[in-house]
Amino acid sequence: MIDRADFWVVVVGLGIGTYLLRFSFLGFLGNRVLPWWLVRGLRYTAVAVLPALVAPAVLWPEAMGGQTDPARLLAAATTVLVGAYTRQMMAAIAAGAAVLAALHYLA
Amino acid sequence: MGRQGFWRGVVDALPFVVVIVPFATLFGLLASEAGLHLYEIILFSVVVFAGASQFAALALLKEHAPVLIILVTALAVNLRMLMYSVALAPHLGAARARTRAFIAYFLVDQSFALAMQDYEKRPDQSLAEKLGYFFGAVTPIVPVWTISTIAGALVGRSIPAGYALDFAVPITFLAMTAPMLRTRAHWVAAAVSVGLVLGLRAMPYGTGLLVAAAAGMIAGAAMETWAARGKHD
Repeated sequence: MIDRADFWVVVVGLGIGTYLLRFSFLGFLGNRVLPWWLVRGLRYTAVAVLPALVAPAVLWPEAMGGQTDPARLLAAATTVLVGAYTRQMMAAIAAGAAVLAALHYLA
Repeated sequence: MGRQGFWRGVVDALPFVVVIVPFATLFGLLASEAGLHLYEIILFSVVVFAGASQFAALALLKEHAPVLIILVTALAVNLRMLMYSVALAPHLGAARARTRAFIAYFLVDQSFALAMQDYEKRPDQSLAEKLGYFFGAVTPIVPVWTISTIAGALVGRSIPAGYALDFAVPITFLAMTAPMLRTRAHWVAAAVSVGLVLGLRAMPYGTGLLVAAAAGMIAGAAMETWAARGKHD
């Protein structure tokens, strides 16, 4: 069960923080130039954060009691390869889900 | 506001609706399975309005991670929006303050990607037309995002177990990331971050993730610097 006090602090804090990130340069920082190393680093936030967020669940899924599941592993690999190759998010999701469903059906 | 730009934005944004429906439905579904009420789920989506970070925050809330860790992690997921704000400032920075306040709220992956593409393709647009395009592009996205979230929350409790739904989030996140892996530096950033997060999994509540993500960003930036140097020589 999610603690409601925690929940509301997260909703409000994340809402304000995210808004400030979006407003920052449009709003009050204007056309100020950022240091080049910061711009360069920020370019990699999404690819650094998103896959790392789910990597443990790919290798040690909770639904399998933390045991590596070949079907989930293969589905994840398919998703990445199809996504990188086609550059289509929906194609990647469809391919990954199809592999997972097929392997679970066969098992 | 430029009417012509507005409708062009609406039309260009329509294909994105296909992506948003399953993404938002899934969020509503998982949030309701985590025991959140419908009004809490709606407020979550309306206040934050940033899907990936909502998934991250929801997962950590379920694990009872400390609030500070949840906030830092979810905000790290949204750091890319700082980049969006930087990139749009030269185009829309001259708008009125109140207009810019609205733009900021509606600055999401889709509206950013569409607007930048359009502004680069048609560099002679007036500010009014650019504003029209931006707000046109978010017009289909906002209602679809909200309605799909509600639909997911409503059906959430009636979905039987055994559909490996736990894996919907990993697949969605990987599918979001993979098309961004355009250069070797992007692959390096992702690989370093994933390798470290797996190695550091003994660290409590996603603190390993923050270390890993920071290292991944530095690795990507270093790789880019190194690749650029090779080109100049």
